[in-house]
This record gives sequence, C-alpha cells and structure tokens, in this order.
Amino acid sequence: MAENVTPRVRVPSSASAGETVTIKTLISHQMESGQRKDDAGNTIPRSIINRFVAAFNGETVIDVTMEPAISTNPYFEFQAKIPESGTMSFTWYDDDGSVYEESKEITVG
Amino acid sequence: MSRSFWLGGCAASALIICGPAMLTAQEDPAERSLVINGEIEIVTEADAPAHLENLSTIRSGWTFRSPETQTMQMDDFDNPATLGVEAARAKFSSDLGNGESCASCHEAPEELAGVRAVYPKFDESAGEVQTIEMQINECITDRAGAEAWDYDKTDMINMSALMSFVSRGEAVNVAIDGPAAETWERGKEIYYTRYGLLELSCANCHEDNYDNMIRADHLSQGQVNGFPTYRLKNAKLNSVHGRFKGCVRDTMAETFSPGSPEFVALELYVASRGNGLSVEGPAVRN
Repeated sequence: MAENVTPRVRVPSSASAGETVTIKTLISHQMESGQRKDDAGNTIPRSIINRFVAAFNGETVIDVTMEPAISTNPYFEFQAKIPESGTMSFTWYDDDGSVYEESKEITVG
Repeated sequence: MSRSFWLGGCAASALIICGPAMLTAQEDPAERSLVINGEIEIVTEADAPAHLENLSTIRSGWTFRSPETQTMQMDDFDNPATLGVEAARAKFSSDLGNGESCASCHEAPEELAGVRAVYPKFDESAGEVQTIEMQINECITDRAGAEAWDYDKTDMINMSALMSFVSRGEAVNVAIDGPAAETWERGKEIYYTRYGLLELSCANCHEDNYDNMIRADHLSQGQVNGFPTYRLKNAKLNSVHGRFKGCVRDTMAETFSPGSPEFVALELYVASRGNGLSVEGPAVRN
C-alpha cells in the first residue's frame, strides 16, 4: 500500500483567453518497481501510479500511461491553452486501486 | 563557388572551436546566479575566509552542476527536497512519543531561522562541538525527554533539511576560535590526511582538482552549505556525514561513522571553508 501520497499542482489562477500556461504537478509516491528485493531476498511487490490524466472543463489535456521505470515522486510539467474560465482537474491512478484527485480554478479575464 | 564553400567551412569550424568560449552568462553554469522562488538570493561565490590558505575564491557546489540541475533548485516546487521539508514540518508539531513535540518549545520552524548558519558550534553544557543533528537530538532527549533519533535516518535528515530551509540566504558563519579551535584543528588534519588504498585526502580532489573531471563527474570544492542535499543519483536527501562516508569509502578506506567525533570535526572544518557562502540547503545535486 502506498503511504503518504500527496498530490501537488501549480496552476496560474488567471490567464488571458487563448493563453498558453505552464502547469506543474508532483505527487509523492514511492513508485516501487517490483524489481527490487528486500533484505530477506523476497521480491518487493510493484506499487506504482500507472496513469495520470489532466482535463480542463472535462476535456482531456494530457493522459499518461506510467511504467515501473519512472522514479519516485513523479513530476509532470506541461503546457495547456486556456480558452475560457474553468477548472483544471488532475487524476492519478494507483496500482492498488486508489485514485488521487486535485483541481484548480483558472479565471480568464 | 568553391570560394564560398571554403568560407562556409571556415565559419563552421570557427564555430566549433569557439563554441565553449561563446557561452553566454545565461548558459555557463558557473556564471548563473541563484535566486530561489524569485526572492531568496543565494551567494554562490565569495572571497575565501582568511584561514583558507590555498583558495582565493569559494564556490557553492551549485555552480558546478548542469543548468538543468541548477534550475531544479530555483523553485521549491521543482526541488524534490521540499517533500522532506514538508515531512519535517509535520513532524515538528507531532508527538515525539511522550506528548511533547518540537512545537512545545519552538512555536514554528521559522523561529529557528538563522540557526543553521552557525552550526556546527561549541556547546557549553555538552562541552563539545555539536552539529545541528546533535543539537536536535539534545532537544529531543534532554528537553523533551523522548527517545533519540538515528543520526543518519530519514526523520533526522528531514528535520536537518527543515533547519536549513528556514535559514536559506543567511551567510554561513561557523566559529573556529575559542573552545571550538581544538576540534577545528582536528578536522583540518583529517581534511589533509590521505585515506584508503587510493591514498586520497579531501584536498586532493576538492582543493587541488576542483573544476576538473574525475571520470564523468565534475569535481566541486566540496562545500557543505547546500546540505542536506537531494541527490538525483539516489533520489533522496543525503546528510553531510552520509556524503563524507561516501567520499571516504570511494578512497577504498574503512570509513568513520555518521555522527562520529571525526566526522563532527571534519564537518566543522569543511563548514568553515564555506564561511561567506549562503546556507543553501536543501540543495539539488547530481
């Protein structure tokens, strides 16, 4: 089970219509690859976040499939064009079925 | 036709030769300046302190890193060490096991701003030079009456990172005279002693050969103002003593232990070599 998973995002609170903004996301997660062994020689089971989705007003902006080689605390930075005021939502899907969500308002004005 | 071709070739080769020298201030890692979050100005280059005979300028390890690594440290959101700092913040006000917490005495971590800059320092009551980790453990055991933390384990490294975090931008200023002088001399002796099968002293790499490559690695001056540092190599925060241990091990020697009197003395000496640089930790290094 993943512990202490906290999503963090940085999104500008305002933008002009049609502006391209930079969005940064980070989620604390151990991203256990499933390839490692513990001190007793037993395989440590895989436990990673396997998918990350960002959507603006319900429309997908980015949808990422994540693999075990991605290191701990995955960080994504990407750009998105903001046509109107709305909500940018972020969703991370964990191997164990957990879903972590975060969202931010962006005002166009 | 052939003439213009020849000219073109000349221009191309001239570009290649001139390439490294033509880097602008923005591109040359050693010439960039470090401002964290657009507000905390960090001194990454300064005149060497008077006791330092063999260097005229001291440089933070940050100036030796690639632009990408440097940039990670310029914004707390991009600096992975911030996660450790946040964990320590939570720990600061949480129960140490007997109802007490750091917050029982210290209202907020920010109250301890500036403390990191003068450590290691001589502690009157203990009668010895103490690192910030030893001071934290003294607080935990003597003042709070709780069980000490391991010197080089996550909780301690995170708390040490938090202490650096709230002191960022303060000038490192450890005392080397008075009661600390004896320990400082011992640290200096360790610094210049060759250890291990490779017979390397700290000075061989970090004083004689800084800015040179040791195989694929760009040698720094070995300053500790950025500790604890988040290393991309092992994706976690690393303590000063953990780094010392790694260095001594790489000389193929039996190392001292983190928290040992030898490493405490060495930390005092190495920290004093950085007097004048800013507290920069938790920094990002490779």
